[in-house]
Amino acid sequence: MSPEEGIFYVVAGITVIGALGVVLARNVVHSALFLILSLLAVAGVFVLLAAEFLAIVQVLVYGGAVTILVLFAMMLTRVRDMPRALNGPQWPLAAVAAGMIGGISIVAVLDTEWPGETDEATVVSIEEIGNLLFTNWAIPFEIASLVLIVALLGAIILARGEEGE
Amino acid sequence: MILGMIVGNVWLDALIRLGGVALLVPLYMIIITWTERKVIGRLQMRLGPMRVGPYGTLQGLADTIKLLTKEDLRPTTADRWVFELAPFAIVVPVIMALVALPFTADILIRNLTLGLFYIVALQGVSIVGFVMAGWGSDNKYALIGAARAAAQLISYEVPFILSILAVAMVASSLDIGVIVGMQGDTPLIAYLPLAFVIFVIAGLAELYRQPFDIPVAESEVVGGPFVEYSGIRWSMFQLGEFVSMVLISILGSLIFLGGWQWPVGGDVPVVVQIALMAVKTSAFILFFIWMRASLPRLRIDQMMAYCWQLLLPFAFLQIIINGLVLAYDWPHWTMTIMSLVALGAFVYVTNRAARQSGVTYQPSAASAQRVGSVL
Repeated sequence: MSPEEGIFYVVAGITVIGALGVVLARNVVHSALFLILSLLAVAGVFVLLAAEFLAIVQVLVYGGAVTILVLFAMMLTRVRDMPRALNGPQWPLAAVAAGMIGGISIVAVLDTEWPGETDEATVVSIEEIGNLLFTNWAIPFEIASLVLIVALLGAIILARGEEGE
Repeated sequence: MILGMIVGNVWLDALIRLGGVALLVPLYMIIITWTERKVIGRLQMRLGPMRVGPYGTLQGLADTIKLLTKEDLRPTTADRWVFELAPFAIVVPVIMALVALPFTADILIRNLTLGLFYIVALQGVSIVGFVMAGWGSDNKYALIGAARAAAQLISYEVPFILSILAVAMVASSLDIGVIVGMQGDTPLIAYLPLAFVIFVIAGLAELYRQPFDIPVAESEVVGGPFVEYSGIRWSMFQLGEFVSMVLISILGSLIFLGGWQWPVGGDVPVVVQIALMAVKTSAFILFFIWMRASLPRLRIDQMMAYCWQLLLPFAFLQIIINGLVLAYDWPHWTMTIMSLVALGAFVYVTNRAARQSGVTYQPSAASAQRVGSVL
Protein backbone atom coordinates (compact mmCIF):
# COMPACT_ATOMS: atom_id res chain seq x y z
CA MET A 1 0.00 0.00 0.00
CA SER A 2 1.47 3.31 -1.06
CA PRO A 3 1.51 6.19 1.45
CA GLU A 4 -1.11 8.03 -0.61
CA GLU A 5 -3.43 5.06 -0.36
CA GLY A 6 -2.84 4.80 3.37
CA ILE A 7 -3.58 8.49 3.87
CA PHE A 8 -6.68 8.15 1.71
CA TYR A 9 -8.10 5.37 3.86
CA VAL A 10 -7.40 7.30 7.06
CA VAL A 11 -8.99 10.47 5.68
CA ALA A 12 -11.95 8.64 4.18
CA GLY A 13 -12.47 6.81 7.46
CA ILE A 14 -12.54 10.10 9.37
CA THR A 15 -15.00 11.52 6.85
CA VAL A 16 -17.37 8.60 7.36
CA ILE A 17 -17.01 8.61 11.13
CA GLY A 18 -17.67 12.34 11.21
CA ALA A 19 -20.70 12.03 8.96
CA LEU A 20 -22.13 9.21 11.07
CA GLY A 21 -21.51 11.30 14.16
CA VAL A 22 -23.51 14.19 12.71
CA VAL A 23 -26.52 11.94 12.31
CA LEU A 24 -26.18 9.76 15.40
CA ALA A 25 -25.11 12.28 18.04
CA ARG A 26 -27.94 13.14 20.39
CA ASN A 27 -26.56 16.56 21.15
CA VAL A 28 -26.89 19.23 18.50
CA VAL A 29 -23.55 20.85 19.35
CA HIS A 30 -21.85 17.47 19.08
CA SER A 31 -23.44 17.07 15.66
CA ALA A 32 -22.02 20.42 14.55
CA LEU A 33 -18.57 19.47 15.81
CA PHE A 34 -18.71 16.12 14.02
CA LEU A 35 -19.70 18.05 10.91
CA ILE A 36 -16.48 20.07 10.98
CA LEU A 37 -14.48 16.88 11.47
CA SER A 38 -16.11 15.41 8.40
CA LEU A 39 -15.68 18.57 6.32
CA LEU A 40 -12.01 18.92 7.24
CA ALA A 41 -11.43 15.31 6.28
CA VAL A 42 -13.06 16.04 2.92
CA ALA A 43 -10.45 18.79 2.52
CA GLY A 44 -7.89 16.01 2.97
CA VAL A 45 -9.52 14.06 0.13
CA PHE A 46 -9.28 17.17 -2.05
CA VAL A 47 -5.56 17.43 -1.31
CA LEU A 48 -5.09 13.83 -2.43
CA LEU A 49 -6.97 14.67 -5.63
CA ALA A 50 -4.41 17.47 -6.28
CA ALA A 51 -7.13 20.10 -5.82
CA GLU A 52 -5.23 22.09 -3.21
CA PHE A 53 -7.06 25.35 -3.77
CA LEU A 54 -10.40 23.67 -3.21
CA ALA A 55 -9.07 22.01 -0.06
CA ILE A 56 -7.95 25.30 1.46
CA VAL A 57 -11.23 27.01 0.55
CA GLN A 58 -13.03 24.13 2.25
CA VAL A 59 -11.06 24.68 5.47
CA LEU A 60 -11.41 28.47 5.37
CA VAL A 61 -15.13 28.53 4.65
CA TYR A 62 -16.31 25.72 6.87
CA GLY A 63 -14.12 26.63 9.84
CA GLY A 64 -16.11 29.84 10.18
CA ALA A 65 -19.41 28.40 8.99
CA VAL A 66 -19.51 25.60 11.54
CA THR A 67 -18.62 28.02 14.31
CA ILE A 68 -21.66 30.06 13.37
CA LEU A 69 -23.71 26.86 13.30
CA VAL A 70 -22.59 25.99 16.83
CA LEU A 71 -23.51 29.49 17.96
CA PHE A 72 -26.98 29.10 16.46
CA ALA A 73 -27.33 25.74 18.17
CA MET A 74 -26.40 27.34 21.48
CA MET A 75 -28.72 30.29 21.03
CA LEU A 76 -31.78 28.59 19.58
CA THR A 77 -31.94 25.30 21.43
CA ARG A 78 -31.86 24.20 25.00
CA VAL A 79 -29.58 21.24 24.77
CA ARG A 80 -30.37 19.78 28.17
CA ASP A 81 -34.03 19.44 27.27
CA MET A 82 -33.38 17.03 24.46
CA PRO A 83 -31.85 13.83 25.72
CA ARG A 84 -34.43 11.70 23.94
CA ALA A 85 -34.64 11.11 20.20
CA LEU A 86 -36.93 13.41 18.28
CA ASN A 87 -39.29 11.11 16.41
CA GLY A 88 -42.14 12.82 14.59
CA PRO A 89 -45.11 11.05 13.03
CA GLN A 90 -43.50 11.42 9.59
CA TRP A 91 -40.55 9.18 10.34
CA PRO A 92 -41.57 6.36 7.93
CA LEU A 93 -41.74 8.86 5.05
CA ALA A 94 -38.36 10.27 6.00
CA ALA A 95 -36.92 6.77 6.16
CA VAL A 96 -38.24 5.95 2.67
CA ALA A 97 -36.84 9.19 1.21
CA ALA A 98 -33.44 8.74 2.86
CA GLY A 99 -33.33 5.08 1.86
CA MET A 100 -34.11 5.94 -1.76
CA ILE A 101 -31.42 8.61 -1.95
CA GLY A 102 -28.95 6.22 -0.35
CA GLY A 103 -29.94 3.42 -2.74
CA ILE A 104 -29.62 5.64 -5.81
CA SER A 105 -26.16 6.79 -4.69
CA ILE A 106 -24.99 3.20 -4.14
CA VAL A 107 -26.38 2.04 -7.51
CA ALA A 108 -24.78 5.03 -9.24
CA VAL A 109 -21.39 4.33 -7.67
CA LEU A 110 -21.51 0.63 -8.54
CA ASP A 111 -22.76 1.27 -12.07
CA THR A 112 -20.16 3.83 -13.09
CA GLU A 113 -17.23 2.81 -15.26
CA TRP A 114 -14.37 4.20 -13.19
CA PRO A 115 -11.27 5.05 -15.21
CA GLY A 116 -8.58 2.73 -13.85
CA GLU A 117 -4.96 3.80 -13.68
CA THR A 118 -4.49 7.46 -14.51
CA ASP A 119 -1.32 9.29 -15.41
CA GLU A 120 0.33 11.71 -13.05
CA ALA A 121 -2.37 14.07 -11.82
CA THR A 122 -1.98 17.61 -13.11
CA VAL A 123 -2.31 20.36 -10.56
CA VAL A 124 -4.45 23.18 -11.90
CA SER A 125 -2.69 26.41 -11.06
CA ILE A 126 -4.51 29.14 -9.18
CA GLU A 127 -3.97 31.53 -12.13
CA GLU A 128 -5.98 29.21 -14.34
CA ILE A 129 -8.77 28.96 -11.77
CA GLY A 130 -8.88 32.73 -11.50
CA ASN A 131 -8.98 33.22 -15.26
CA LEU A 132 -11.78 30.70 -15.72
CA LEU A 133 -13.77 32.16 -12.84
CA PHE A 134 -13.73 35.64 -14.34
CA THR A 135 -14.19 34.66 -18.01
CA ASN A 136 -16.09 31.42 -18.68
CA TRP A 137 -17.88 31.22 -15.36
CA ALA A 138 -18.33 34.91 -14.63
CA ILE A 139 -22.15 34.76 -14.72
CA PRO A 140 -22.57 31.86 -12.23
CA PHE A 141 -19.95 33.52 -10.05
CA GLU A 142 -21.87 36.79 -10.03
CA ILE A 143 -25.18 35.00 -9.43
CA ALA A 144 -23.68 33.27 -6.40
CA SER A 145 -22.61 36.60 -4.95
CA LEU A 146 -26.04 38.08 -5.73
CA VAL A 147 -27.71 35.29 -3.75
CA LEU A 148 -25.38 36.01 -0.84
CA ILE A 149 -26.23 39.73 -0.96
CA VAL A 150 -29.95 38.91 -0.88
CA ALA A 151 -29.41 36.70 2.17
CA LEU A 152 -27.36 39.43 3.83
CA LEU A 153 -30.00 42.08 3.19
CA GLY A 154 -32.66 39.74 4.54
CA ALA A 155 -30.65 39.24 7.71
CA ILE A 156 -30.22 42.98 8.17
CA ILE A 157 -33.94 43.65 7.66
CA LEU A 158 -34.87 40.90 10.13
CA ALA A 159 -32.43 42.21 12.72
CA ARG A 160 -33.44 45.84 12.26
CA GLY A 161 -37.18 45.22 11.99
CA GLU A 162 -38.09 46.05 15.56
CA GLU A 163 -36.30 49.35 15.54
CA GLY A 164 -38.26 50.72 12.60
CA GLU A 165 -41.45 51.10 14.57
CA MET B 1 22.62 6.31 4.43
CA ILE B 2 20.34 7.01 7.35
CA LEU B 3 19.60 10.42 5.87
CA GLY B 4 18.68 8.81 2.55
CA MET B 5 16.38 6.39 4.33
CA ILE B 6 14.68 9.24 6.16
CA VAL B 7 14.14 11.32 3.05
CA GLY B 8 12.93 8.25 1.18
CA ASN B 9 10.31 7.30 3.74
CA VAL B 10 7.34 9.67 3.67
CA TRP B 11 6.16 8.85 7.18
CA LEU B 12 9.57 9.28 8.81
CA ASP B 13 10.13 12.48 6.88
CA ALA B 14 6.83 13.95 8.02
CA LEU B 15 7.45 12.77 11.59
CA ILE B 16 10.84 14.46 11.79
CA ARG B 17 9.62 17.73 10.26
CA LEU B 18 6.65 17.89 12.62
CA GLY B 19 8.81 16.79 15.56
CA GLY B 20 11.15 19.70 14.89
CA VAL B 21 8.26 22.13 15.14
CA ALA B 22 6.81 20.44 18.20
CA LEU B 23 10.15 20.69 20.02
CA LEU B 24 11.02 24.25 19.05
CA VAL B 25 7.63 25.74 19.80
CA PRO B 26 7.44 25.10 23.59
CA LEU B 27 11.04 26.23 23.96
CA TYR B 28 10.23 29.45 22.19
CA MET B 29 7.14 29.85 24.31
CA ILE B 30 9.21 29.78 27.50
CA ILE B 31 11.46 32.53 26.16
CA ILE B 32 8.60 34.68 24.97
CA THR B 33 6.65 34.40 28.24
CA TRP B 34 9.67 35.67 30.12
CA THR B 35 10.19 38.49 27.59
CA GLU B 36 6.58 39.57 27.85
CA ARG B 37 6.57 39.67 31.64
CA LYS B 38 9.88 41.49 31.70
CA VAL B 39 8.94 44.09 29.06
CA ILE B 40 5.54 44.78 30.59
CA GLY B 41 7.21 45.06 33.98
CA ARG B 42 9.64 47.64 32.68
CA LEU B 43 6.88 49.56 30.91
CA GLN B 44 4.98 49.74 34.20
CA MET B 45 8.14 50.79 36.10
CA ARG B 46 8.49 47.42 37.81
CA LEU B 47 11.37 44.99 37.55
CA GLY B 48 9.35 42.01 36.38
CA PRO B 49 10.46 38.50 37.43
CA MET B 50 13.77 38.70 39.31
CA ARG B 51 13.91 35.77 41.71
CA VAL B 52 14.50 32.62 39.67
CA GLY B 53 17.91 32.70 37.98
CA PRO B 54 19.83 35.82 36.99
CA TYR B 55 17.35 38.60 36.12
CA GLY B 56 14.58 36.03 36.42
CA THR B 57 15.65 34.23 33.25
CA LEU B 58 14.66 30.83 34.61
CA GLN B 59 11.17 32.04 35.55
CA GLY B 60 9.68 30.58 32.35
CA LEU B 61 11.16 27.18 33.12
CA ALA B 62 9.84 27.29 36.67
CA ASP B 63 6.38 28.25 35.42
CA THR B 64 6.44 25.40 32.91
CA ILE B 65 7.27 22.87 35.62
CA LYS B 66 4.51 24.30 37.79
CA LEU B 67 1.93 24.09 35.02
CA LEU B 68 2.90 20.56 34.00
CA THR B 69 2.64 19.21 37.52
CA LYS B 70 -0.56 21.03 38.42
CA GLU B 71 -3.73 18.99 38.72
CA ASP B 72 -5.77 18.83 35.53
CA LEU B 73 -9.26 19.69 36.74
CA ARG B 74 -12.53 19.13 34.94
CA PRO B 75 -15.88 20.42 36.21
CA THR B 76 -18.31 17.54 36.81
CA THR B 77 -21.00 19.17 34.65
CA ALA B 78 -18.63 19.82 31.76
CA ASP B 79 -19.13 17.99 28.49
CA ARG B 80 -16.22 15.57 28.82
CA TRP B 81 -14.95 15.13 25.26
CA VAL B 82 -15.63 18.66 24.05
CA PHE B 83 -13.91 20.04 27.14
CA GLU B 84 -10.84 17.84 26.84
CA LEU B 85 -10.38 18.14 23.08
CA ALA B 86 -10.81 21.92 22.90
CA PRO B 87 -7.16 22.79 23.67
CA PHE B 88 -6.05 20.49 20.84
CA ALA B 89 -8.49 22.12 18.44
CA ILE B 90 -6.74 25.40 19.16
CA VAL B 91 -3.12 24.29 19.10
CA VAL B 92 -3.09 21.79 16.23
CA PRO B 93 -4.27 24.15 13.43
CA VAL B 94 -1.84 26.86 14.49
CA ILE B 95 1.09 24.46 14.52
CA MET B 96 -0.03 23.07 11.15
CA ALA B 97 0.00 26.62 9.80
CA LEU B 98 3.52 27.08 11.15
CA VAL B 99 4.64 24.14 9.02
CA ALA B 100 4.15 26.11 5.80
CA LEU B 101 5.95 29.21 7.03
CA PRO B 102 9.53 29.67 5.75
CA PHE B 103 11.90 31.41 8.15
CA THR B 104 14.76 31.98 5.73
CA ALA B 105 15.44 30.87 2.16
CA ASP B 106 16.70 27.50 3.38
CA ILE B 107 15.28 27.05 6.87
CA LEU B 108 11.77 25.90 6.18
CA ILE B 109 9.66 22.84 6.67
CA ARG B 110 7.53 22.96 3.55
CA ASN B 111 7.05 25.80 1.09
CA LEU B 112 3.66 25.52 -0.60
CA THR B 113 2.58 27.24 -3.80
CA LEU B 114 -0.56 28.34 -2.00
CA GLY B 115 1.29 28.88 1.29
CA LEU B 116 -0.14 32.29 2.14
CA PHE B 117 -3.71 31.10 1.63
CA TYR B 118 -3.06 27.88 3.55
CA ILE B 119 -1.73 29.75 6.59
CA VAL B 120 -4.67 32.16 6.68
CA ALA B 121 -7.18 29.32 6.35
CA LEU B 122 -5.71 27.21 9.14
CA GLN B 123 -5.23 30.16 11.42
CA GLY B 124 -8.98 30.70 11.30
CA VAL B 125 -9.83 27.12 12.27
CA SER B 126 -8.67 27.59 15.87
CA ILE B 127 -11.86 29.55 16.59
CA VAL B 128 -13.64 26.19 16.71
CA GLY B 129 -11.45 25.34 19.70
CA PHE B 130 -12.49 28.53 21.50
CA VAL B 131 -16.17 27.78 20.93
CA MET B 132 -15.65 24.18 22.05
CA ALA B 133 -13.93 25.33 25.24
CA GLY B 134 -16.63 27.87 25.97
CA TRP B 135 -19.50 25.51 25.39
CA GLY B 136 -17.92 22.42 26.89
CA SER B 137 -17.01 24.08 30.19
CA ASP B 138 -20.68 24.56 31.12
CA ASN B 139 -19.85 27.93 32.59
CA LYS B 140 -21.69 31.10 31.67
CA TYR B 141 -18.57 33.26 31.59
CA ALA B 142 -16.81 30.77 29.35
CA LEU B 143 -19.83 30.65 27.05
CA ILE B 144 -20.08 34.43 26.78
CA GLY B 145 -16.34 34.58 26.15
CA ALA B 146 -16.64 32.00 23.39
CA ALA B 147 -19.48 33.88 21.72
CA ARG B 148 -17.45 37.07 21.88
CA ALA B 149 -14.38 35.30 20.51
CA ALA B 150 -16.37 33.90 17.59
CA ALA B 151 -17.89 37.28 16.76
CA GLN B 152 -14.53 39.01 16.95
CA LEU B 153 -12.52 36.49 14.99
CA ILE B 154 -15.04 36.11 12.21
CA SER B 155 -15.31 39.90 11.85
CA TYR B 156 -11.62 40.69 11.90
CA GLU B 157 -10.72 37.80 9.64
CA VAL B 158 -12.24 39.74 6.73
CA PRO B 159 -9.98 42.84 6.82
CA PHE B 160 -7.07 40.56 7.77
CA ILE B 161 -7.52 38.44 4.66
CA LEU B 162 -8.16 41.50 2.47
CA SER B 163 -4.90 43.11 3.59
CA ILE B 164 -3.07 39.90 2.71
CA LEU B 165 -4.95 39.81 -0.58
CA ALA B 166 -3.51 43.26 -1.36
CA VAL B 167 -0.04 41.74 -0.99
CA ALA B 168 -0.96 38.81 -3.20
CA MET B 169 -2.23 41.21 -5.88
CA VAL B 170 1.03 43.12 -6.09
CA ALA B 171 3.19 40.02 -5.86
CA SER B 172 0.82 38.07 -8.15
CA SER B 173 1.61 34.92 -6.21
CA LEU B 174 0.55 33.10 -3.06
CA ASP B 175 3.93 31.43 -2.66
CA ILE B 176 5.68 33.09 0.28
CA GLY B 177 9.10 32.34 -1.19
CA VAL B 178 8.14 34.14 -4.41
CA ILE B 179 6.61 37.06 -2.49
CA VAL B 180 9.84 37.56 -0.53
CA GLY B 181 11.85 37.16 -3.72
CA MET B 182 9.94 39.81 -5.65
CA GLN B 183 10.33 42.41 -2.91
CA GLY B 184 14.06 42.79 -3.65
CA ASP B 185 15.17 46.22 -2.52
CA THR B 186 11.72 47.73 -1.85
CA PRO B 187 9.64 45.85 0.71
CA LEU B 188 5.89 45.83 0.11
CA ILE B 189 5.22 48.12 3.07
CA ALA B 190 6.53 50.90 0.82
CA TYR B 191 3.76 50.27 -1.71
CA LEU B 192 1.00 49.24 0.68
CA PRO B 193 1.29 51.23 3.93
CA LEU B 194 -2.48 51.14 4.42
CA ALA B 195 -2.64 47.36 4.01
CA PHE B 196 0.21 47.01 6.50
CA VAL B 197 -1.58 49.04 9.16
CA ILE B 198 -4.79 47.08 8.61
CA PHE B 199 -2.81 43.83 8.82
CA VAL B 200 -1.29 44.79 12.17
CA ILE B 201 -4.58 45.98 13.69
CA ALA B 202 -6.59 43.00 12.47
CA GLY B 203 -3.74 40.72 13.56
CA LEU B 204 -3.90 42.21 17.04
CA ALA B 205 -7.63 41.47 17.10
CA GLU B 206 -7.13 37.90 15.87
CA LEU B 207 -4.72 37.33 18.74
CA TYR B 208 -7.23 38.62 21.32
CA ARG B 209 -4.61 40.95 22.70
CA GLN B 210 -5.18 44.39 24.14
CA PRO B 211 -7.00 46.52 23.12
CA PHE B 212 -8.97 43.65 21.55
CA ASP B 213 -8.97 41.28 24.54
CA ILE B 214 -12.73 41.49 24.94
CA PRO B 215 -13.30 37.68 24.69
CA VAL B 216 -10.71 36.91 27.38
CA ALA B 217 -11.19 40.00 29.54
CA GLU B 218 -10.55 39.11 33.16
CA SER B 219 -12.65 41.91 34.65
CA GLU B 220 -15.67 41.11 32.46
CA VAL B 221 -15.77 37.38 31.72
CA VAL B 222 -13.13 36.09 34.17
CA GLY B 223 -10.74 34.97 31.46
CA GLY B 224 -13.35 33.86 28.95
CA PRO B 225 -13.33 30.43 27.28
CA PHE B 226 -10.58 28.98 29.46
CA VAL B 227 -11.90 29.97 32.87
CA GLU B 228 -12.40 26.32 33.87
CA TYR B 229 -9.06 25.03 32.62
CA SER B 230 -5.99 24.40 34.72
CA GLY B 231 -2.58 22.81 34.47
CA ILE B 232 -1.45 21.43 31.16
CA ARG B 233 -4.65 22.16 29.26
CA TRP B 234 -4.57 25.78 30.32
CA SER B 235 -0.97 26.03 29.19
CA MET B 236 -2.03 24.66 25.80
CA PHE B 237 -4.31 27.66 25.35
CA GLN B 238 -1.37 29.83 26.28
CA LEU B 239 0.76 27.94 23.77
CA GLY B 240 -1.80 28.46 21.03
CA GLU B 241 -1.90 32.17 21.75
CA PHE B 242 1.87 32.56 21.64
CA VAL B 243 2.32 30.44 18.54
CA SER B 244 -0.34 32.55 16.80
CA MET B 245 1.55 35.65 17.81
CA VAL B 246 4.80 34.28 16.42
CA LEU B 247 2.98 33.14 13.29
CA ILE B 248 1.51 36.56 12.55
CA SER B 249 4.82 38.24 13.37
CA ILE B 250 6.79 36.02 11.01
CA LEU B 251 4.10 36.36 8.34
CA GLY B 252 4.14 40.15 8.64
CA SER B 253 7.92 40.34 8.36
CA LEU B 254 7.86 38.05 5.33
CA ILE B 255 5.13 39.68 3.28
CA PHE B 256 5.45 43.34 4.28
CA LEU B 257 9.01 43.88 5.49
CA GLY B 258 10.91 41.99 2.80
CA GLY B 259 11.61 38.85 4.82
CA TRP B 260 15.18 37.59 4.76
CA GLN B 261 16.25 39.83 1.82
CA TRP B 262 15.61 43.48 2.42
CA PRO B 263 17.72 45.61 2.97
CA VAL B 264 20.85 43.59 2.21
CA GLY B 265 19.78 41.60 -0.86
CA GLY B 266 19.36 37.88 -1.34
CA ASP B 267 22.97 36.70 -1.57
CA VAL B 268 23.91 36.88 2.07
CA PRO B 269 24.98 34.03 4.35
CA VAL B 270 22.33 32.19 6.32
CA VAL B 271 23.44 33.78 9.58
CA VAL B 272 22.60 37.26 8.27
CA GLN B 273 19.23 36.03 6.96
CA ILE B 274 18.38 34.56 10.37
CA ALA B 275 19.46 37.77 12.09
CA LEU B 276 17.33 39.87 9.74
CA MET B 277 14.27 37.73 10.29
CA ALA B 278 14.86 37.61 14.04
CA VAL B 279 15.04 41.41 14.21
CA LYS B 280 11.88 41.93 12.14
CA THR B 281 9.88 39.24 13.95
CA SER B 282 10.97 40.51 17.36
CA ALA B 283 9.95 44.01 16.35
CA PHE B 284 6.43 42.74 15.69
CA ILE B 285 6.31 40.79 18.95
CA LEU B 286 7.63 43.71 20.99
CA PHE B 287 5.06 45.96 19.32
CA PHE B 288 2.27 43.57 20.35
CA ILE B 289 3.59 43.52 23.93
CA TRP B 290 3.92 47.30 23.94
CA MET B 291 0.29 47.67 22.81
CA ARG B 292 -0.76 45.37 25.64
CA ALA B 293 0.87 47.63 28.20
CA SER B 294 -0.39 50.92 26.75
CA LEU B 295 -3.91 50.63 25.40
CA PRO B 296 -7.12 50.19 27.41
CA ARG B 297 -9.66 47.59 26.36
CA LEU B 298 -12.31 48.50 23.77
CA ARG B 299 -15.99 48.02 24.42
CA ILE B 300 -17.61 45.30 22.33
CA ASP B 301 -19.74 47.68 20.25
CA GLN B 302 -16.67 49.84 19.59
CA MET B 303 -14.74 46.75 18.52
CA MET B 304 -17.47 45.65 16.08
CA ALA B 305 -18.07 49.13 14.69
CA TYR B 306 -14.35 49.67 14.20
CA CYS B 307 -14.05 46.51 12.13
CA TRP B 308 -17.10 46.89 9.92
CA GLN B 309 -17.25 50.67 9.56
CA LEU B 310 -13.56 51.51 9.37
CA LEU B 311 -11.16 48.64 8.75
CA LEU B 312 -13.27 46.89 6.13
CA PRO B 313 -14.03 49.92 3.88
CA PHE B 314 -10.39 50.99 3.99
CA ALA B 315 -9.25 47.46 3.20
CA PHE B 316 -11.52 47.55 0.15
CA LEU B 317 -10.06 50.96 -0.74
CA GLN B 318 -6.57 49.45 -0.75
CA ILE B 319 -7.77 46.64 -3.03
CA ILE B 320 -9.34 49.18 -5.42
CA ILE B 321 -6.14 51.26 -5.46
CA ASN B 322 -4.14 48.12 -6.23
CA GLY B 323 -6.59 47.15 -8.97
CA LEU B 324 -6.36 50.57 -10.65
CA VAL B 325 -2.58 50.69 -10.57
CA LEU B 326 -2.08 47.12 -11.70
CA ALA B 327 -4.78 47.11 -14.39
CA TYR B 328 -3.61 50.32 -16.06
CA ASP B 329 0.08 49.56 -15.54
CA TRP B 330 0.74 52.79 -13.73
CA PRO B 331 4.13 52.99 -12.03
CA HIS B 332 4.22 51.46 -8.57
CA TRP B 333 4.97 54.73 -6.78
CA THR B 334 1.45 55.96 -7.60
CA MET B 335 0.23 53.10 -5.41
CA THR B 336 2.41 54.36 -2.58
CA ILE B 337 0.98 57.88 -2.84
CA MET B 338 -2.65 56.78 -3.02
CA SER B 339 -2.19 54.31 -0.18
CA LEU B 340 -0.52 56.97 1.97
CA VAL B 341 -3.36 59.43 1.36
CA ALA B 342 -5.87 56.72 2.28
CA LEU B 343 -3.82 55.91 5.37
CA GLY B 344 -3.96 59.56 6.37
CA ALA B 345 -7.74 59.53 6.06
CA PHE B 346 -7.87 56.28 8.04
CA VAL B 347 -5.80 57.71 10.89
CA TYR B 348 -7.92 60.88 10.90
CA VAL B 349 -11.22 58.98 11.13
CA THR B 350 -9.86 56.60 13.80
CA ASN B 351 -8.59 59.49 15.81
CA ARG B 352 -11.91 61.34 15.57
CA ALA B 353 -13.87 58.24 16.55
CA ALA B 354 -11.56 57.56 19.49
CA ARG B 355 -12.07 61.07 20.81
CA GLN B 356 -15.83 61.23 20.70
CA SER B 357 -17.39 57.79 21.19
CA GLY B 358 -16.97 57.49 24.96
CA VAL B 359 -18.88 60.70 25.53
CA THR B 360 -21.77 60.40 23.11
CA TYR B 361 -22.60 56.71 23.31
CA GLN B 362 -26.12 56.19 24.66
CA PRO B 363 -27.50 52.72 24.03
CA SER B 364 -31.13 52.97 22.98
CA ALA B 365 -33.63 50.60 24.52
CA ALA B 366 -34.19 48.86 21.20
CA SER B 367 -30.51 48.26 20.48
CA ALA B 368 -29.97 46.85 23.95
CA GLN B 369 -32.59 44.21 23.20
CA ARG B 370 -30.95 43.05 19.98
CA VAL B 371 -29.38 39.62 20.05
CA GLY B 372 -25.86 40.89 19.45
CA SER B 373 -25.93 43.11 22.49
CA VAL B 374 -25.87 40.22 24.95
CA LEU B 375 -22.27 39.64 23.94
